[in-house]
Order: sequence, then C-alpha cells, then structure tokens
Amino acid sequence: MPEVTERSSVTLAVNGEQQRLRLDNRTTLLDALREQLGLIGAKKGCDHGQCGSCTVLLDGRRVKSCLIFAVAVSGSAVVSVEGLADRGNLRPLQQCFVDHDAFQCGYCTSGQLCSATGMLDEVRRGWPSVVTEDVAAAGPVRLTDEEIRERMSGNLCRCAAYPQIVAAIRATATAEVTR
Amino acid sequence: MRTFRYHRATDPAEAVRLVAGEPEAAYLGGGTNLVDQMKLSVQRPRLLVDVTRLPLGSVEPLPDGALRIGATVRNSDLAAHPVVRRDFPVLTRALLAAASGQLRNMATVGGNLLQRTRCVYFQDVGKPCNKREPGAGCSALDGQNRDLAILGWSPSCVATHPSDMAVALAALDARVEVLEPDGAREIPLTEFHRLPGDRPDRETTMAPGGLVTGVRIPALPYARRSTYRKARDRASFAFAVGSVAAVLDLDGDLVRDVRIAYGAVAHRPWRARLAEEALRGRPATVESFGLAADEELAAARPLPHNGFKVPLIRNLTVRTLADLAETAPR
Repeated sequence: MPEVTERSSVTLAVNGEQQRLRLDNRTTLLDALREQLGLIGAKKGCDHGQCGSCTVLLDGRRVKSCLIFAVAVSGSAVVSVEGLADRGNLRPLQQCFVDHDAFQCGYCTSGQLCSATGMLDEVRRGWPSVVTEDVAAAGPVRLTDEEIRERMSGNLCRCAAYPQIVAAIRATATAEVTR
Repeated sequence: MRTFRYHRATDPAEAVRLVAGEPEAAYLGGGTNLVDQMKLSVQRPRLLVDVTRLPLGSVEPLPDGALRIGATVRNSDLAAHPVVRRDFPVLTRALLAAASGQLRNMATVGGNLLQRTRCVYFQDVGKPCNKREPGAGCSALDGQNRDLAILGWSPSCVATHPSDMAVALAALDARVEVLEPDGAREIPLTEFHRLPGDRPDRETTMAPGGLVTGVRIPALPYARRSTYRKARDRASFAFAVGSVAAVLDLDGDLVRDVRIAYGAVAHRPWRARLAEEALRGRPATVESFGLAADEELAAARPLPHNGFKVPLIRNLTVRTLADLAETAPR
C-alpha cells in the first residue's frame, strides 16, 4: 500500500502563477481558489455542478470547479475570470459583455465569461453540439443563436440576461470571423 | 463530507489491487457524479483511487471498422472524434444530449457507465432506499415515481440508469472491457448493468473492485444511419424522461436490420429486441414502427405517475425510425 493521507500537497498554475498549497483532500478546486488563494471571481452558486457560476478553464477547457477535488488536478493550469484580461486590457469577449449589458446582478458573469471562452474554443475546433443538424459533416460550426444557447446551457442566469449574453457571444464570434 | 485518502493511480493493476483491498474505496474518474454524491453523503468512501491518469485515454479505430475507446477518454472528446461522428453518429448524439459542455469536458467513458441513478430517494439520505441500504425499503414505489422505471423493475427498486451514452452503446452491441482482481475480461454492454431483483445495490456484473478499462464497438457499417432522440423536461441540460437510440439498415423499402435501445425506462439501457425482431423484413413505415414498439412495450408495467412514458417511448421510437428511414445513407 503506497502512502496515502487525508491531506495533500497540491501544485497549481493559477492565472500564470505557480501556487503550492497544503490542502485537506476534501477541498474542491473552487474552494481552493476562493478560500486559499483569495480569488473570489469564481462563484459558489449551487455547489452541485448545475448552475455554472464556478466555471473556470482547466488546462484550457471549461469545467465546473465545484465538482473537482483540488488534489485530483494537482499539476494542472487553471485560468479563472481574474486571469482572462490581458495585462489589464479586457479581452474582446469581456468588452462585448460590457457593450451588450450582458449582466444584471453579475453573480453568474464570471462563470459565463469563462464558459463562453471555453465554448468559443470548442467552436474553433469544429466540435458539434446536439442541435448541429449533421454531426458527421466536418467543417466550421455555424454559430447560430440556437447553437449558442445550447452550448451555454450549463450556465444559469436567474436575472434572465440571456438575450444580452447570447448577443455578446455572437458579437465576439462575428468579430473573430471578420477580423 | 467524510475525510478520505487520495491516491493517483498510474497502473490499472495497482488501482484494482487498492480498491479491491479496501471495502470503502472508490475509483475517481471525472467526479461529476461521485463528488456531488460525496457532498450529499450518498457515497462516503475512505479511499479515492484516481484513475484519470491511467494510460487508457485513446480512441483507436481498428482496421476492421471496430472502435476501441479507453475508459479515461472524456465524453466531449469522444463526441467530437471524427470517426465517431462519421461511423457512429448515434453515439455522438447521445453524448452531446447529456449534461453540459463543462461536465462533458470532465466526465469519462468509464465513469459515465458507472454513474448512479438520479432517483431522488437514492440521493436523499433522509429517506429509505434499498439501493443505498439493502433491506431499508423503497420510498419511490409509493412516492414520486414520475421519472422512474416502466420496464424490468422489482418491488425492491424502480430506479433508472441515467446514462445517455450507454443507451447508444447498447444499440451498437458494444462490449465493456474490465479488469477484475482475477484478471481481464469483456462483458456485453447489455449485460454489464443488472436489473434490480432483490439486490439493487449490486449495479453491475463486474466483480467487486472491478475497473472499466475501455469499451469496444464492433464494426457496423450501417451504423452511419443512426441517431439518438431524447425527451426531457427542458430544452437542454436535463436527464432524459425517455430516450431512443436507433440504427437502421434498409433494403429498398424494407427493414433489413435494426437496433433499438431505450433510456430512462429501466435499471439498465433497455435493448428492444422484441421490437427489432418485429421489424426485420417489414416495410419501413410509420405503421410498422408503431407496431414494433407496441411489441416491446407490452411488457411495460408503469408506476402510478409514469404511465405517460409508454406512449412517449412509442412515439419516440416511431419518430426516430421514421427520421432515419428518410435520411439518405452516407
């Protein structure tokens, strides 16, 4: 039996900075970010993977940090909403959220931004969704509003800012294509 | 949450040895179900053996048209795999109909097969449940059973298996590759999950400590004409109320062969062999599809709140097969 304990040393690259933590194995990635590292952008909403407010990028992919034990992702790179901006300049997606007023109370916004960042990357890779008509057809995804809604369905906004969020994401994607 | 020891496994045999040697051990895959249930105290492992770094992360198309899928492949990667999209669209569609983008990026193929029922009584430790505690009783039988089984249930348990992916795999005659303390073997997907009988706590036919190492889908050229249709209470990100996976092979206007599996109706993905038998050699029409579904659903025993599932599954069967019949083969 190898040595296993109820506490572990965890190494995480968070928003480009190397962090070394000693954690109770029960600590979720969300709690490590919020309680250990003081990064309170990722929100604890439902704490059961249903609302999306805790979404961060883990090794470049969007995930729900409330359902991940930090110890299980030791060695990984995490980007939270605090790490999205580029040296203090808003990313195009963030600017589009501002321009389209894509938030009301703002509680879900961090998760929406991280999720949309990951989602747009999935679109760039040509991943289909369940509303894609022909999943077998290769080629670029036509990012209709229906596609955006389906792909963002893991993020709830109880203020119902959905139309603005969809508009902001659509504007980001359109700007990318025409750039 | 109870405290637990954590071990990151790098070798399948070591992982099996650790879990088989500790009665309160569990494998940790993507964690989308297990971590949630640990928070609810539905599962209380003393040891988590993390299997996500095992060398089981590839999707390998084999020369004969079969496909080998490693157990640690993430659901999102499998759904987007070009060969899966082209040759087994029913699998891509089932995967994409499940959960959310974030959860699909986390969930693994092995974990998906081993996820637990979402029966609300199983998830509420304040209520008796034979699956959590054999002999405790079933709260669902006389409770809120709208979402629960219509086929294959027993007085001990009326829970359904929640996976969408497994329903597609059942229709594709997939085989589950497992490593047990006694060695490796393959189990047909349709025999991997157990019906509840009087031991609903025993969910699979794997030996205790068994580890899913992969899934193999045999070649099936006509699976290019396949799809998955899921009914749920909202447009996205919800478990199925009922679902149908279907693969259709036509000879002119006649059904040469067909594979059908139902989700959210039983303790395991329900392979509709009676419906398949009724359809072979018959005209590919809405009438035949309906009669075939009736053959299968004659065995249905709905609970007080879920009688609607019988016509729902019938309608899903008809629509799914009719859509496939209209699709030009690739």
